[in-house]
Order: sequence, then C-alpha cells, then structure tokens
Amino acid sequence: MSSIHPDQAEALGLVGKRGPGAERDPETIDGTITDDPTRRVPLVLGNRDFHSVTETICGWVENKTPNWWFPAFAVSNVLAIVGTVMILFLIVTGVGVWGLNNPVSWGWAIVNFVWWVGIGHAGTLISAILCLLKQNWRTSINRFAEAMTIFAVICAGTFPGIHVGRVWFAWFLFPIPNYNWIWPNFRSPLLWDVFAVGTYFTVSLLFWYMGMIPDLATLRDRAIARFNQKVTFGPMWAPHPLPAFVKKLTTVSIPANKIASYFYGVLALGWRFSSRHWWNYEKAYILLAGVATPLVLSVHSVVSFDFAVSIIPGWHTTIFPPYFVAGAIFSGFAMVLTLLIPARALYPGMKDFVTARTIENMCKIITLTGSMVGFAYIMEFFIAWYGANPYEAEAFMIRAFGPYWWAYWIMMFCNVLSPQVFWFKWCRTNIVFIFIISIVVNIGMWFERFVIVTTLSADFVTSSWGYYAPTWVDILTFVGSLGIFMTLFLLFCRFLPMLAISEVKNVMPQADPHHPMYHKDGHHNGDHHHASDRSEGGH
Amino acid sequence: MSAHSVTSSSGSPLHAIMAEFPNPAVVSHAAEKIRDLGYSKWDVYSPFPIHGIDEAMGLKPSRVSFFAGAGAITGITIALLMQWWMSAVDYPMVIGGKPYFAWEQYLPVTFELAVLMTSISAIVGMLALNGLPRLYHPMAKKDRFLRVGDDRFIIAIEAADPKFNADDIRKLLADLGGEHIDEVEE
Repeated sequence: MSSIHPDQAEALGLVGKRGPGAERDPETIDGTITDDPTRRVPLVLGNRDFHSVTETICGWVENKTPNWWFPAFAVSNVLAIVGTVMILFLIVTGVGVWGLNNPVSWGWAIVNFVWWVGIGHAGTLISAILCLLKQNWRTSINRFAEAMTIFAVICAGTFPGIHVGRVWFAWFLFPIPNYNWIWPNFRSPLLWDVFAVGTYFTVSLLFWYMGMIPDLATLRDRAIARFNQKVTFGPMWAPHPLPAFVKKLTTVSIPANKIASYFYGVLALGWRFSSRHWWNYEKAYILLAGVATPLVLSVHSVVSFDFAVSIIPGWHTTIFPPYFVAGAIFSGFAMVLTLLIPARALYPGMKDFVTARTIENMCKIITLTGSMVGFAYIMEFFIAWYGANPYEAEAFMIRAFGPYWWAYWIMMFCNVLSPQVFWFKWCRTNIVFIFIISIVVNIGMWFERFVIVTTLSADFVTSSWGYYAPTWVDILTFVGSLGIFMTLFLLFCRFLPMLAISEVKNVMPQADPHHPMYHKDGHHNGDHHHASDRSEGGH
Repeated sequence: MSAHSVTSSSGSPLHAIMAEFPNPAVVSHAAEKIRDLGYSKWDVYSPFPIHGIDEAMGLKPSRVSFFAGAGAITGITIALLMQWWMSAVDYPMVIGGKPYFAWEQYLPVTFELAVLMTSISAIVGMLALNGLPRLYHPMAKKDRFLRVGDDRFIIAIEAADPKFNADDIRKLLADLGGEHIDEVEE
C-alpha cells in the first residue's frame, strides 16, 4: 500500500498535532473548529485508544454517583410528583380544573403535547437521517438524543391521554373490539395521530435499544470481571471516625457487581461481539435508519394534520406539515443542546467525544431549521393577505395584534431572530451563549404552539369569542411533565451507557484496518495485497 | 456438533481454539487467510464491526432484509384490510361525504403500520439470525474473552469445523500474529 489516502493522512496528522496546549486555542477551541472544508477534524480527542474510550464511558455508569446527581434527582422527583398529583386531581375532578372554555377547547394540553413531540424529533433525526448521510460526528450524541426522544414522547403521550376527560375511556383511541360494535374513524387525523405517535415511540425505543445492545454487553462483561467485589456504603450521616462496632452496624455491603452483571446481562441478550452477528446487526441498523427517516418526517406532518385538516382560519393551510417538521427538528436540537452542554461540563472526559465541532454543527442545524420556520411564519402571513380570504387575514391580524400579541412577538423573537446569531463564529463556539440560545429556542417553540392553539379564541362570530388563560393546574401539570422528563433522563445518565461506545470506537482512525498507521513498516503490505485482491478491487 | 468428538488437553469436549490479535488490521488479515484456507465454522470477535470484515471472512449478504421486506408487506396488508373491514364492512358510516373505503385517507395509518412492522421484523430477524437471546456460550467462560467488548480482537476456530485439527490451527493462529492461543472447552 504505497499510496496513502489524503483523508487518512490528514486525520493522522491532526491527531498527532493535538497536545495539552491546544485546549484553549481561541481560533480552534479544542482543535476541531476549522474554516477549511478540506480538513477532516478528529472525532475523538485526547489521543485515546479503545480501552480509554471504554473506561471513560463505562466509568460514568460504574463509578460513584456524582454529588450533583442527588439534588438534581430530588428536585426532578418533586416536580414529577407534583405533575402526577395534578393529573390525579384532573382525573378525580374533571377537565374543568383546566382553563379550557368554549371556543378554546384545546389549551395547554395540546400545546404541551405538540411541544414534547417536536422535541422528540431530534433523537431519531440524529440516529436515522444523519446515519444515512454518513455524518460520523453523530456517534457521540446519538444515544443521548435518542434517550431524550423517548422520554419526550412519554411526556407528550400523557397529555392527549388525560385530555380525553374520561381517562378510563382512553382505550377508545385504539381499534379494539368492544360491546358497542363501533370502530374508530380512520378518516380522522386524530386517529392517524394515535398510530403515528405510537409507531414513533415504538420504533424510537427499538432503535435506541438495538443500538445499546453491544454497549450493554460491554457493561455486563466488565461487571462479570468485578463479579465478587462488593460495594460498601459507609455511614453517611455520622461524623467520622466512628467506633468499630457502630461502623459495623451502619455499613452496608451489597453485591452491586453481581446485580449489575444480571441486569446488563439480561438486557444484552447474550451479545458476544461476533463478526457474524455484527454483519446482521449493521444491516438491521441501516434498514431501521432507512424506515425511520420517512417516519421522522411523517410524525410531525400527521401532528400538523390535527390542525391543518380542520377548517379553522389560520390552521387550514398546506404549509403546516413542512413547517411543523422543521420546527420539530429546530426544537429537538435545542433541547439536545440544553441537556448536552451541562452533561458535557459535569461528566469527566465527555469533552473529548462531544467536541466543539459537534456543538458547532448542531448550531448550524438550528440556524437552518430556524430559518425555515421563520420563512414559514412570514409566508403564512403573506398568504393570509394574498389569498384574499377575510377570515384568514383577520385570524393573522388577531394573532399579531390581538389579545395574544405578546405570545406572537415572543415567538417571532425566539424562533426567527435568535437562531440567526449562529451566523457569527463567536456565537456558535461560545458554550454559555449556545446554552442560553438553546433555552430561548425551547421557549419560542412552546409559544409557537400556544399562538397556533389560541387562534381558536377568535371564533367566526364575534359573540362567541373567548379569552383563554391557564389555571394553576395547567401550569403545574406542564412543570410536572418537565420533572418526569428530567427524572427519566437522570436515571438514564446514571445507569445506561450515555455514549454509543461501539460506534465511537468505529469512527476512530485506529478502527480502520486499512489505516496507514498499520502499514508503516511494510511488513504486512506484501501479504495483504496478495491475500485480498478481492477486497482491493472494490476500492 | 461433536461428530469428531474432539477433546481438550484436560479431556473434556473442546468447543474451539481461540487467539488474540493486537489490532483490526492484523485480525482482518488473519481472517482473509483463514477464509482462503477454507474453514467454515469460525468467527472474529471485535468490539465494533470492523470495516470490510465481511469480505475478509467471506460472509454472504445478510438476510435481515428479507425479514424487513416481509414485515413491510404484512404491515401494509394488515392496515388496509383492517381499515377496509372496520370502516366499509363492519361499521359503515358516512363521514364528511367520503366513500366508505376512502383509501387516500387510509394511507397515514397504512404507512405507520408498515414502518412499525418493518422495524419490529428487522430487529426480530436480526436476533433470530444471530441465535439471540442466548443465556450461555462456551466463549463466555474465558476471562480474556471478557475484554472483547473493550479493546480485544479474537479469532476462534470451532471444533465442529470439518477441517479442524488442533495442532494445525494452533500453528496457523500463531503464524498469523495470534497471541494467548487457548482452548475453549464446551
């Protein structure tokens, strides 16, 4: 192998250049920010080998729980309990505890549903669409984003479930044989929604789980290697040192590694890293990516049909499906950044995988999808005038200058103006600034749905107009859903591999058997050419 | 499986002979040699799917696609039959002036069920073709094998292979750069 592919030489050169001094370079940040499109930056920093990748990512699960985790979990739990109590209060009392009225029969519940489903779009986009586009930087964030997707869809699914009022009739949503001899109406978008969100949740869960099987097997094997080491919990409440007999009474030893080996062992399904298995596994993965790609685009399209197929002015537009999908990806990436930036700061070594370049790429996607959303807002307004439908025009004037003008302009500021800052390099490389913008985008996308839903308040006849305001139950239910989301997310960070270990290893230069680093000495070259003229012919 | 009834040095039935390789390049190269020598029951174990290992091992195209395709067809069929029967046969009702079998409006559910069935059958098919879930495997007994999920590359040639000869294989694996050559008992 006399000729070295320029990409490989470049990757090798860049890895070699990195040193401790490169950490705070104002131009390249961690060595991965470059304006030269011909340069391929490394995806894993710190001159790591495979073992150190395993040690770092598994370490987050296996080491002592970090101190910040407990207060964060406690706060999330309290919020989750508040949300659960609010749902129980709703069920035992009725939907009257919400601020719904006639004409606004859909309030915060549908706003929260659409907001959460939208957030849930980033995970499968990153794992499916970016997989098909061979964007290798996705390997360090896909597990994280997929987990976020699943928890967001769980929160989303809660709202329509409790919105039906008589929750014990929620099974009417599904085509289940019943004593009334009736079936659901398959010509209604609300039923399509049940299938779209249900399929999306199931496929996302399967995709996430399948991707995790090899990493769970790694955790299993590491737990087996430490099988008989007990984990001892000392007295946390008493001042040290304690007399020996007290220490004995208050110290608890549990066979944590034994439990872990069974826990991960069952979940790993007996995976043993066989290449024959990997071959089927990769095929299944790419097939799933292939079907999940149209799925991602279909789910929010179907959600938008809930609005667009109705005949309400301001809802009945063909721009809704693409604009909802762009908005969903926009908010999903913002939520990934909101969670990723603190995690990256709190977990040691995570910055080597989630590089400044990865964050920068996500900022660029936010600007792209934010611009699509901004274009859609302006186009909607234009068509409301150009379409010469007085009801449509009036609906939009009321949105921008009516009783909910403040929500409209919050939406315009957060979704149209704020993502444009990422045209500037300083903005998309400054972590604190990105974090703030990601929260602004989340707020903006919530208000987008609020603006759409409150279009109902101005009905066709002025006599049936009604102003909608949430009650404290609405607000606490929403806050509670954030608590449920964070509780699930913190459990994920504590017990499951946060980064896709095998995928990260696969994009490291050492993983390529044809990498020049393996053919420097010329020892294998002759043999290699001789034995593999079949595979060489394919290049 | 044990047609030859090969035994290990301690006298118990032998499953395979395994060797560790230092990196993906050496293990791919070794796989090419073993493929060319005509072995059939052997495997490469690696922490990630090595690029081009299918060629190096001479693997046939994966059959997962057939499972996925069957799933897609099943999903489409079930969805269309279900919606037709429920909306046009068992509970016909005029809604929005549309025909009972308004196939255009049945497409979203049809698409979703097709995706759902494709995904489930691709994963179930992948697991079935791999013989998973599996509670036990002889390789799991080896301490060195526990590092394969971390950074080790292992080749194991099974005793069930028709060309199996313990001495030849030990020599072959050593020549190809294998270290820590060891017997795996059944």
